[in-house]
Amino acid sequence: MLQLSSALLLTAFIGYLVATLLFGGAVRGKGEQTTSHIRFSKWASMITIMSFIANVGYFIARWLYTGHAPVSNMFEFTTAFAMFIVAAFIVLYRTYEMPTLGLIALPVAIIIIAYASMFPRDVAPLIPALKSYWLTIHVLTTVIGEAILAISAFSGLIYLLKTVDTTKRSMERFFLALMMYALIVAVGFIGVTTYFNVTDYEASFTYVDKDGQHAAITYNLPPIFGMHQYEVQSEAMTPVVEMPAWVNAKKLTTVAWSLMVGSILYAIIRLIARKPLARTIQPLLKRAPLPLLDELSYRSVLVGFPVFTLGALIFAMIWAQEAWSRMWGWDPKEVWALITWLYYAAFLHMRMSRGFTGKKSAWLAVIGFAIIMFNLIAVNLIIAGLHSYAE
Amino acid sequence: MRCECGKQYERGAMQCPRCGKPLQGELNMRYDGAVIRSKTKKRTLFDKIWALFANVKFGVTLIVLTLLFAALGTILPQVLFVDTSRYSSELEAYEHTYGIFGALYYRIGLADIYNATAFQALVLMLAASIIVASIDRGVPLFKALYNQRVKKHPNFMKRQRFTAEVPRQTLSLAQLQTALQQKRYNVKIEDGALLAEKGRFARFGPYINHLGLIIFLAGVMLRVVPGFYVDEEMWVREGDTTSIPGAAGYYVKNNDFILETYDGKRAEDAVNETAKKYETKATIYHESSALPGDTSSLQKLKDVSIEVNHPAKFDGYQLYQMDYRLDELKTMTFALTNKKTGQAIDTLTIDLANPKNEYQLKDGAKVKLAGYYPDFSGFDDDGEPMTQSPNPSNPAFLFDMYTKETPKGETSFVQIQKTMEPLGETTYKMAFENATTRDITGLKVRKDVTMPILFIGAAIFMLGLIIGSYFSHRRVWCQQLEDSWLIAAHTNKNAFAFKKELRAITDDLTIAPFNDTQEEVIADATVE
Repeated sequence: MLQLSSALLLTAFIGYLVATLLFGGAVRGKGEQTTSHIRFSKWASMITIMSFIANVGYFIARWLYTGHAPVSNMFEFTTAFAMFIVAAFIVLYRTYEMPTLGLIALPVAIIIIAYASMFPRDVAPLIPALKSYWLTIHVLTTVIGEAILAISAFSGLIYLLKTVDTTKRSMERFFLALMMYALIVAVGFIGVTTYFNVTDYEASFTYVDKDGQHAAITYNLPPIFGMHQYEVQSEAMTPVVEMPAWVNAKKLTTVAWSLMVGSILYAIIRLIARKPLARTIQPLLKRAPLPLLDELSYRSVLVGFPVFTLGALIFAMIWAQEAWSRMWGWDPKEVWALITWLYYAAFLHMRMSRGFTGKKSAWLAVIGFAIIMFNLIAVNLIIAGLHSYAE
Repeated sequence: MRCECGKQYERGAMQCPRCGKPLQGELNMRYDGAVIRSKTKKRTLFDKIWALFANVKFGVTLIVLTLLFAALGTILPQVLFVDTSRYSSELEAYEHTYGIFGALYYRIGLADIYNATAFQALVLMLAASIIVASIDRGVPLFKALYNQRVKKHPNFMKRQRFTAEVPRQTLSLAQLQTALQQKRYNVKIEDGALLAEKGRFARFGPYINHLGLIIFLAGVMLRVVPGFYVDEEMWVREGDTTSIPGAAGYYVKNNDFILETYDGKRAEDAVNETAKKYETKATIYHESSALPGDTSSLQKLKDVSIEVNHPAKFDGYQLYQMDYRLDELKTMTFALTNKKTGQAIDTLTIDLANPKNEYQLKDGAKVKLAGYYPDFSGFDDDGEPMTQSPNPSNPAFLFDMYTKETPKGETSFVQIQKTMEPLGETTYKMAFENATTRDITGLKVRKDVTMPILFIGAAIFMLGLIIGSYFSHRRVWCQQLEDSWLIAAHTNKNAFAFKKELRAITDDLTIAPFNDTQEEVIADATVE
């Protein structure tokens, strides 16, 4: 069952890749919509739906195998996020019929699935604190809410790619490039992690933690940063810099590697294309009408916000009351759910003011996604409190 | 001031409250042109404060500030989550663990930001802003929505986002009425003009969700009222009946504490095994006597199981499984033994929770417990034994042993696997025979009278959010101009779906589709 589940996920992954290429075919060129465009769109959406069915198959098979909703660790949660992004895309595609959206939503889903696969995929039994039907209800609702909110950002991103003037030096241009760079860094992370996974790289150290205790750690990437007072235990590269006790040098090393590989990739793409990444993509976005993008971006926040509220705050509070005896405890993950919620509340109120449409609104949508990703990556891996099932 | 339609209107009105004629050039449909107090009255100090709190930008600023402070509080763990027991002060703990940055973080108050007055004041201001803004806009909006006239001023209609003008002979009001009714609009025809409307309740959404939020926040604040909120911790040993802190008159007996791991072993046998279940089988008692502390009159209330994720509930209180300690020593049995012959006179069992001063043994022998140190931690400067806690984790005993051979008594200091004879060598010794252990369960006692209020607040909030987000308020007006019908349409949100619906209606009537005035405006922004 577990093998079936993995195979289905791989099928979905490849399917999404194919669908992305087909969506590319559906949006190319500038002129009137032709039968070729329509045919590409048809095939693209069909492949997307079939891959999504495989993705759901993964989810169900893993659920059956583990006996609980597969949202209990970093791999499962992140994969579910990607799956619901595709689900939200499919639903919105049926309404708004905008193939361009697939050109952003699917690659992001692909990157997220690949990112998820960098975490241990072992099936572990649930600890008592997670043994509750609220795990299923709370996490699924939250992740669906986040996926719908993500669509808002994708639509906003297309809007920005279309409207930001990349020929003139500006803050806008800089941040747009930064976003593109962030995507490439994510690819860099996946690349470097996969490479050293395949080659079975390991470097072991002992170190002194922040409570003065001796501890051991194994790096899976060549150590750039060393843990506090580390001692090398295996034949491997010696760390370049030693970090103070409260810094997790292993994680910092991963970040450094991702940035390095990401930067190299970015430089290569930039050299080949010989123009900013944003401008390279622009021709593919001609067919997406701006008013529709703006509306879609706002609408998905409007639709996603109540779902997110229900999952990430209300269901979360009910469960916290049952499991931890208090519905709210200012745990970092709780705080970041609140921050995300406040952010989108601010977004919705800002949309009320006149003129807060178009570019400004698109920027807000994109920043919202950055907060969600920060939640998923940084809060789980760096700040982690009670929700630290991520390790 | 008087509109051309004859209606008296207030100063500052955006449009005539009756015919909708735009009075200030542009048409603003946001609150249906109602006069908003905060936008028109700005004379007294109260007006100014009211206007400030009603201002959406001010509200958004408060939201963003709350968000930023909340985020700053997650850079380092809050005081609540930091183990400060090893340091002399919280500041030192932060300084030692996180360096200069940690010290600074603590000093400027970020380490306990959520309890800071400034943070709480911010939330209160946000609440005030929600209340003021809702009243400021909600009341006039509803007045306007419930006093709509069917026939509007042509300028009101022409400035809507969706407009259409069709020749007279191509349409009749009755046809339009039927087409709109098929789309479930409520249609009113008056004076040769038509108003079709649906989903007006969607306009209530934001006000309902704001009400829910305020009820929720009020519930949170009520917790400071004494007796509304209990949060205590307690430890109960297996077999013991302990009074429940914060719940006067209630007692809990720990019948059994169970720790199960996935392979069925207990935790100490399998360090890396994942725990499957923590459970306390307990009985709740209530004291029927009026005398506090009189445990003789305990009446059984019920047997309960307290498990992680499944707290026990009784009379408004909840007991949560929070912690445990396994295998605490309960009793220790010693044999009074002659060191030379190895012959034991008798054995005695000490209940470590309740040791006796003297134990009478066979053959007239007796053992006095001159000192009991449940958690022995060494000797002080005067050579006196010390205990670091009242928990029997490392018990030590000072025995005086009396037998026929040694009527004056001999003294022996007994620890686990170690015996000392501080007053000279003895003939007899206290030989360790066996011990019994028991588990202790750590429970949390909670009572929260505000829970129903919070729940109702959250439910109202969600209801408002759903109404406001998933439904839209749509209207269509139609009236006759000289030789044409002027049709205008408005929705408060989701223009895309509305446009589709309008398209279906115009197609159905085989008339020209609506113009969308915003289409061109936004399209202009594209960079080519």
